[in-house]
Amino acid sequence: MAKMPTSDQLLAQTPTSFPNKGWMDIKAEFIPGRFPYPAKAETMEKMGFTHAHTWAPEDEDWNLPENWEEILYNGLKERLEKHRSLKVFMDTCVRCGACADKCHFFLGTNDPKNMPVLRAELLRSIYRKDFTLAGKILGKFAGARTVNKDVVKELFSYAYQCTECRRCSLFCPYGIDTAEITAIVRELMYELGLGINWVMEPVSNCNRTGNHLGIQPHAFKEIVEFLCDDIETVTGIRIDPPFNEKGHEVLFIAPSGDVFADPGIYTFMGYLMLFHEIGLDYTLSTYASEGGNFGSFVSFDMAKKLNAKMYHEAERLGAKWILGGECGHMWRVVNQYMATYNGPTPACMETPVSPITGTVFENAKSTKMVHIVEFTADLIKHNKLNLRPERNNHLITTWHDSCNPSRAMGCFEEPRTVLKAVCNNFFEMPEHTIREETFCCGSGSGLNSEEVMDLRMRGGLPRANAVRWVADHNDVNRVACMCALDRAILPPLMNYWVPGVDVSGLHELVANALVMKDETQPRTMDLRQEDLEYPDPEPEEEGGEEMENGGEE
Amino acid sequence: MTIALAAILIILAIGWGGAMLGLQYVLGVILPLVALLVFIIGFIMRLVYWAKSPVPFAIPTTGGQEKSLDWIKPARLDSPTTTLGLIGRMALEIFAFRSLFRNTVAKRTDDNGTPRITYYSSKWLWLFALIFHYCMLVIIIRHARFLFEPVPFFINAVEFLDGILQVGAPRFFLSSGLIILALGFLLLRRICNERLRYLSLPADYFALFLLLAIVCSGICMRYMDKVDIAMVKVVLMGLVTFHLPTMEQVSQIGPIFFVHITFVSVLFIYFPFSKLMHMGGIFFSPTRNMKINTREYRHINPWNPPKKFHTYAAYEDDFRELMVEAGLPVDKELEEKTEKEPA
Repeated sequence: MAKMPTSDQLLAQTPTSFPNKGWMDIKAEFIPGRFPYPAKAETMEKMGFTHAHTWAPEDEDWNLPENWEEILYNGLKERLEKHRSLKVFMDTCVRCGACADKCHFFLGTNDPKNMPVLRAELLRSIYRKDFTLAGKILGKFAGARTVNKDVVKELFSYAYQCTECRRCSLFCPYGIDTAEITAIVRELMYELGLGINWVMEPVSNCNRTGNHLGIQPHAFKEIVEFLCDDIETVTGIRIDPPFNEKGHEVLFIAPSGDVFADPGIYTFMGYLMLFHEIGLDYTLSTYASEGGNFGSFVSFDMAKKLNAKMYHEAERLGAKWILGGECGHMWRVVNQYMATYNGPTPACMETPVSPITGTVFENAKSTKMVHIVEFTADLIKHNKLNLRPERNNHLITTWHDSCNPSRAMGCFEEPRTVLKAVCNNFFEMPEHTIREETFCCGSGSGLNSEEVMDLRMRGGLPRANAVRWVADHNDVNRVACMCALDRAILPPLMNYWVPGVDVSGLHELVANALVMKDETQPRTMDLRQEDLEYPDPEPEEEGGEEMENGGEE
Repeated sequence: MTIALAAILIILAIGWGGAMLGLQYVLGVILPLVALLVFIIGFIMRLVYWAKSPVPFAIPTTGGQEKSLDWIKPARLDSPTTTLGLIGRMALEIFAFRSLFRNTVAKRTDDNGTPRITYYSSKWLWLFALIFHYCMLVIIIRHARFLFEPVPFFINAVEFLDGILQVGAPRFFLSSGLIILALGFLLLRRICNERLRYLSLPADYFALFLLLAIVCSGICMRYMDKVDIAMVKVVLMGLVTFHLPTMEQVSQIGPIFFVHITFVSVLFIYFPFSKLMHMGGIFFSPTRNMKINTREYRHINPWNPPKKFHTYAAYEDDFRELMVEAGLPVDKELEEKTEKEPA
């Protein structure tokens, strides 16, 4: 990986004006730090891609299959016939430019082809040439161009400078969704045998071992037990979560990043502590041990293939409903695609009902899958948790709305309700950077690899910039989020642009504040085993705890 | 931009030259009829072309709070779950340009040496786009007077309101002035803003120039180079009622009329093959026209491929020994497999 410039250098290196030549006359450049490494041919072959081959983005010749033009033409034709969205998005753009400065990659690179409109024009120009009368007759006047190998490189390059965050689609007067276009361009690239390693490996792993990280069943159990050891250290309570057990009411599926990587593990510990405290009848699964879905960064079919395991496992275990962990793109798939892909649900499943509060999750009556933040928000609203938010007093938090739960779900108030209940210090980032207008972490959709660090820091600039505002004005030192990729991506981003700000999943903070029955009193550490700045009072005033619950703010 | 301008000048030359050369009947009768036909057929064909592809997935963009728990107020218009809410969202989009109203502009600023990006609300594009489209609507309604006898009350009312300033003779229409202002803004934006200049295609300038040419030739005809307006009505009513006017009638009208109607005809012909189809496209956009209830109701994909995935059984076969060793429950005991193998 290329050495990263300092943040000041990075800003200074960003061009301030556009090139003199028109965009059709500029070839894509492959600068180290800004393009992902190619997938291994054998991994691609194993996952069923016919034109898998060895190639590298920086090479002049990409060894495209001989009939690449035909593959591309037929691929696009097939997708136009399958997706009305594609046809409409190809035809209706008026190039008003409203989307231009909504893209975090454009703001971070000032590369005109990162304006969503031009990113889409890369494909539109080919579409016009091959599929529209005006393009065939008027050519360049109508914005049409003939595809060549340089255009393929360009398509690849800019499909991987988009995180499918859909911020542009919110501002587009016709709702043109670049995520849809990027996803289809990526599909076309895979048809040509052009895939990226950082996505293909997890997909292949997930297919076989059940999770992106390739953790095998015994190791998965071991890691979770290791996390339980840590919970015991902090609370004195031993939790033995069930694995692959039949006959439980709930199947819990979290993104595997939470089992494996710091600071996601604290969120996972948080889930387990919460379930233990409320006595939830649940099981984990090593087979469906992945909530995330890197298949959705490859193709619709691959997303379906990986997602199918959830219902399959729920059926085998006889679970009534599925509870899903904190994850962004997982919820894009679960909320908008899962029922379509793999529904209807197995016969054993029922409309989810919270066993603690009795709340019926009518909004999930088809997928029968509930977001854990909805679930916890409901618990808190019904006063079912004994919380001591003072334990999080050393944290001054802000909330990062992840792209997918925001613009593909609309989950805004639930996490805020939870966060405010467990933290006394909370500040919103400035308007136009939160809720449906939130900025992407800059590394979603399979772009969270080391080799694209330069691109990631640029793409994450708008997010970091907003955090910096609250860090400077409100002394915020913790970004809370409900996305496993965010938990992996935001720490280096913060470190680069806003040093001193750390990152937490929501349920880490919940578990910090959660006063558990039978826990060792007073609790002196948070889940990271750091000393609490405001430790619990000595446990002499019995029964006083209930009074502290809720209404503290 | 020069190509687009040249194209407009050529159309102007055809209109004016044709009128001079005695081709009034071609320009004033045949061309508009052809244009109308191309417009109607082309428009419908494009809608059919879109409708022929299915909507495999429900991909609405959520513009506000979802409907989840009872005590959380959902954004009924920006994240609609009901048909009524959805109609509201689409109506806001179509009549008030809701999404464009959200527009912001990002500016790099410096805050005591700390570089920042600041986002300002920016409603100019929304405002002028809205002005343009409403003026266009008013103008189309006003022109409908040429197609009806007697003129319906509604059209007269719109015309009265449009001329409410009561200045000039003939009376000055607000829509004429405002539409030039709005088109001027949209054009200047493309020329002066670096980003817009870079992303604009010749076709984008062409559409603006064409609309400006139509408006200008129309204003010219009304205020300066006046034509026999009664005869224009005879000709146009003849066109729509298929009582084709005679050559004699058509040739009584001044040449500026033919310039105007040539431009309009070109617009009609160009429309179905260009970005102007956004007029129909907005109704088809799946990020806007779908309800936000994807977990509540299953959306059906007509080409949903069969499920093909790595089953639990295959997974257990792969890891059975390790699972048993780790104390994980298995569906098939270890012996079963070892027994089978030698056989």
